[in-house]
Amino acid sequence: MSQTSHDLRKKRPIRKAPFVVIPIFLILWMIGVATGEPARVLEQAIQVCLSCIGIG
Amino acid sequence: METVRKWVQVIIGFLTNSSWSFPFTNVIYQGPLKVICAPGLNCYSCPAATTYCPLGSIQQLLGGLRFALENGQYYFGFSVFGTIGILGGLFGRMICGWACPFGFIQELLHKIPTKKFAIPRILSYGKYMFLLVFVIVLPLVLVDEFGSGSPWFCKFVCPAGTLEAGLPMLLLQPNLRNSIGLLFLNKFVIMTIFLIWAVFSSRPFCRTACPLGAFYALFSKVRLIKLHLDEAKCTNCKACHHVCPMGVKFNESPDDPECISCLACMNKACQFDAISLEIGGIPLAVPDKGLSPAGKS
Ligand code: SF4
Ligand code: SF4
Repeated sequence: MSQTSHDLRKKRPIRKAPFVVIPIFLILWMIGVATGEPARVLEQAIQVCLSCIGIG
Repeated sequence: METVRKWVQVIIGFLTNSSWSFPFTNVIYQGPLKVICAPGLNCYSCPAATTYCPLGSIQQLLGGLRFALENGQYYFGFSVFGTIGILGGLFGRMICGWACPFGFIQELLHKIPTKKFAIPRILSYGKYMFLLVFVIVLPLVLVDEFGSGSPWFCKFVCPAGTLEAGLPMLLLQPNLRNSIGLLFLNKFVIMTIFLIWAVFSSRPFCRTACPLGAFYALFSKVRLIKLHLDEAKCTNCKACHHVCPMGVKFNESPDDPECISCLACMNKACQFDAISLEIGGIPLAVPDKGLSPAGKS
């Protein structure tokens, strides 16, 4: 291993920011799912997007 | 570790593009897996694509927002922003380094032996403009007489769409070729420029124009998994500056929005164990990089 067990045991504070950010986006995702958005996303994704291809 | 990353790129590339019946059916995959979001830039009109493209979906949803609201449907793109927000909160631009097929294609092109050129840092701000203007504002604001907006980034810029969907679909469906015009020419030129540029500079599209990279870059300071610099161990030898494919000077900017967590600085450059991978502040053990005190691999 490139780092000694002493290094790995060294205390660093736990970063709280990810544990705030991730739940915020989880709630956002749940709101989107509750409004039925995934069905609309699927409807769009299974059609050929002419804009993506460059002809529409 | 670089081999592991390459394999992860290949496997995720296959998983997001695993429908290989198109040479026989001549159509894109239309099954239920397309409700799953591709983590990286992966055109959902690619015939093999089995997931949806977050950028394409956001533009389509925002472009159709007026129409949806009139019908009592609140399709603001929350499920898509939520998904890529969760990914961003977990991995940030590690997605770019490990899970984006278009990033992988650029990396392969960059392996072609030629003289290599740096990309001026100022160009990296372009991708934030594309995210804000082409992905959000224009589809929302510029609407036709029916109140529908266009997916501006897909329509006028996206080189991944031209490469992964445009060219294969034109090969599969000859009738589409009659519709080729200036729009296609514009996108074809943009794609060609980025692909040629990728031979001479590392990941030019990711660094200058990718709106998804710009979105994930917003999480550089708050993402769960990221690299950590131990300032006490850093000797400012600047070895990490020379290996970074994204032009990051890691020891000067450890939370740099350009860092794609490819781990090259940690595994190939730093001889002083000043760089480590951490999850939420907890350091991870990393495999031996094979450096000896006298030299590096
Ligand atoms: S800073 Fe390190 S991990 Fe980040 S992109 Fe550059 S070399 Fe890769
Ligand atoms: S390679 Fe290591 S010691 Fe050298 S500058 Fe980078 S972090 Fe510091």
